[in-house]
Amino acid sequence: MLEIKNLDVSVEDKQIIKNLNLKIGPGEVHAIMGPNGSGKSTIAHTLAGKPNYLVESGNVEFKNEDLIAKDPYERSLLGLFLAFQYPIELPGVTNASYLKQILNAHRKSRGENPIDAGEFLKILKEKSKNLNIPMDMHSRFVNAGFSGGEKKKNEVLQMDLLDPSLIIMDETDSGLDVDALKSTSEAVNKLRDGKRSFLIITHYLRLLEYIEPDHVHVFGDGSIIESGDKSLASRIDNEGYEVK
Amino acid sequence: MNKINKDNFKQDDYKYGFVTEIENEKIPKGLNEDIIKLISSKKNEPEWMLEWRLAAYERLKSMEVPKWARANIADIDFQDLYYYSSPKDFKDKPKSLEEIDPKLLETYEKLGIPLKEQEALAGVAVDAVFDSVSVATTFKEKLNEIGVIFCPISEAIQKHPDLVKKYIGSVIPVTDHFYATLNSAVFSDGSFVYIPKNVKCPMELSTYFRINASETGQFERTLIIADEGSYVSYLEGCTAPMRDENQLHAANVELVALDNAEIKYSTVQNWYPGDEDGKGGIYNFVTKRGLCKGKNSKISWTQIETGSAITWKYPSCILRGDNSTGEFYSVAITNNHQQADTGTKMIHLGKNTKSRIVSKGISAGKSSNTYRGLVNFHRKAENSKNFTQCDSLLVGSNCKANTIPLTENNCNTSSLEHEATTSKISDDQLFYCMQRGLDAEAAQSLIVNGFCKEVLQQLPMEFAVEAQKLVSISLEGSVG
Repeated sequence: MLEIKNLDVSVEDKQIIKNLNLKIGPGEVHAIMGPNGSGKSTIAHTLAGKPNYLVESGNVEFKNEDLIAKDPYERSLLGLFLAFQYPIELPGVTNASYLKQILNAHRKSRGENPIDAGEFLKILKEKSKNLNIPMDMHSRFVNAGFSGGEKKKNEVLQMDLLDPSLIIMDETDSGLDVDALKSTSEAVNKLRDGKRSFLIITHYLRLLEYIEPDHVHVFGDGSIIESGDKSLASRIDNEGYEVK
Repeated sequence: MNKINKDNFKQDDYKYGFVTEIENEKIPKGLNEDIIKLISSKKNEPEWMLEWRLAAYERLKSMEVPKWARANIADIDFQDLYYYSSPKDFKDKPKSLEEIDPKLLETYEKLGIPLKEQEALAGVAVDAVFDSVSVATTFKEKLNEIGVIFCPISEAIQKHPDLVKKYIGSVIPVTDHFYATLNSAVFSDGSFVYIPKNVKCPMELSTYFRINASETGQFERTLIIADEGSYVSYLEGCTAPMRDENQLHAANVELVALDNAEIKYSTVQNWYPGDEDGKGGIYNFVTKRGLCKGKNSKISWTQIETGSAITWKYPSCILRGDNSTGEFYSVAITNNHQQADTGTKMIHLGKNTKSRIVSKGISAGKSSNTYRGLVNFHRKAENSKNFTQCDSLLVGSNCKANTIPLTENNCNTSSLEHEATTSKISDDQLFYCMQRGLDAEAAQSLIVNGFCKEVLQQLPMEFAVEAQKLVSISLEGSVG
């Protein structure tokens, strides 16, 4: 699914990622844990193609294609989804019309017709219900004035809608209370179908208690310094990042 | 790659830039009494109309071109312009569409305005003005049945002289300012609307202005009268061919709303804006003013300004009737070297009058976009209120946005509120939308349409979708 080889990334002339290697197979759930400021979010932004994140060397293959050569929207259409730590506000754009537009962009790239209004409403209702999202949230402007929990749920709703093959979650647990964390995780777990892959970037163990990873990596100084199974996450939680 | 460049705009998307190859009849260049007499005689005008024009011309001689706009305007040689151009064989106006040159019908079809009624947009009556003449007006008979008059103003001068005499110049006096006075002297055609008492006009009325001939100014004149208790929604659209020269469009639009009447006036202005280097394009110097003459009357201006090399206009409301309401909703988009200095004036004279101003300026390329507004409360305008909101959106870093809101409050029971913001389309917003599968242009279009939403919502439904597309097209090529 995804293979990162010898990746060096710099942001504004400062090297953040140094010789990163990571392979994620279909259906696998990987977690990257690391202290604040270690640059673990840089992995997420680089994979999604954020401007100013410069790949100095190395390469990334996604579904056997050269990911780095593609524009951000092409990566999305190819099936890469990044759930933002801080989802962006789009004033004046209602959530419903935004969701419909991004869905139609994906349908178009698959050669399908734009979705019919009635069908869209049906899908929206069903998927919103799974996340306990009230329908009136969709007549508000995208993320504008949303609470932290609403923003994160809206991210999960979008990943559900766009049906990606790789989901990268960047600190999705931040800003969520226990109830929101639980319902969000449940919705994510429903998307685990054995084919879809996940890369979960987090500081804390708590998200990983709800979404159990197959592999855990500890990130430090721009690279993966230790890998293991989910027990590694518990150890980090007990001992902290400093102790190895 | 991955670099989003928002500074460059392409201008190859102006799809209305074609010229209709049609023989036209022009009168000699220049501005003098003989020219004015000639225009008047071409229109078979009564003596009083000619006198009115000549009085305006007399006044014009002592007037000077105003210079205060925040725009670089090349000197215009008013003697080197054609003041009248019409398709040949228009001496006797065709009685029906069958008599009209098929090339003209084709032109309007290309512009998306079919004039054959069976093909026309249901619920919209259209007056099509080509250079200096109205070539066709649809649904005239149907509207006549309920007493609504919708016809070229040249026809109204002949058939409804009492109405025209009573109201023309009553909102924009012939002495107003240089371009308004020039228009009064040489105006050629435009629309006339009269809605009788207590009639809610069942159709959208629409005028489509097309400049075709070169070196020709278009001086249209529109007069809309809504009698007591009536309602009308009116929309104008404008396009012109791509030419290297600057062409002058100096229109006067007067609206009169009597007791309990409402006029909703919408403009989608898409005159040729000039090329990437700022060569050519229309000078759009327009005077638009509405008089809320009666109590409880309402006038609402909505404008989507995407075209013209220079746009210089302030659709205004004079709120004379007690409890009357004036509204101004504007989206002005400038790009490349375009310049816009636009806004409104709300003059509160009556008691309990209300006005609302929502202006959205979007500047890109090397353009300059100024909101200029005046809110004035007369000392007798007790308990009156104004709300003003001016938002500017910058695309790239070479453009300019200015906000110049003036207020004059002479009444201590009246109040005004003003909000203003300036923002840029952020890279984060673009990246967020692109991460969800929208390409750069679709992402920008989504964000800009969101920014304009409050104004676009004001447009009649039939045109709202078109306007959204126009907003997107104006921004094509700005990212990539």
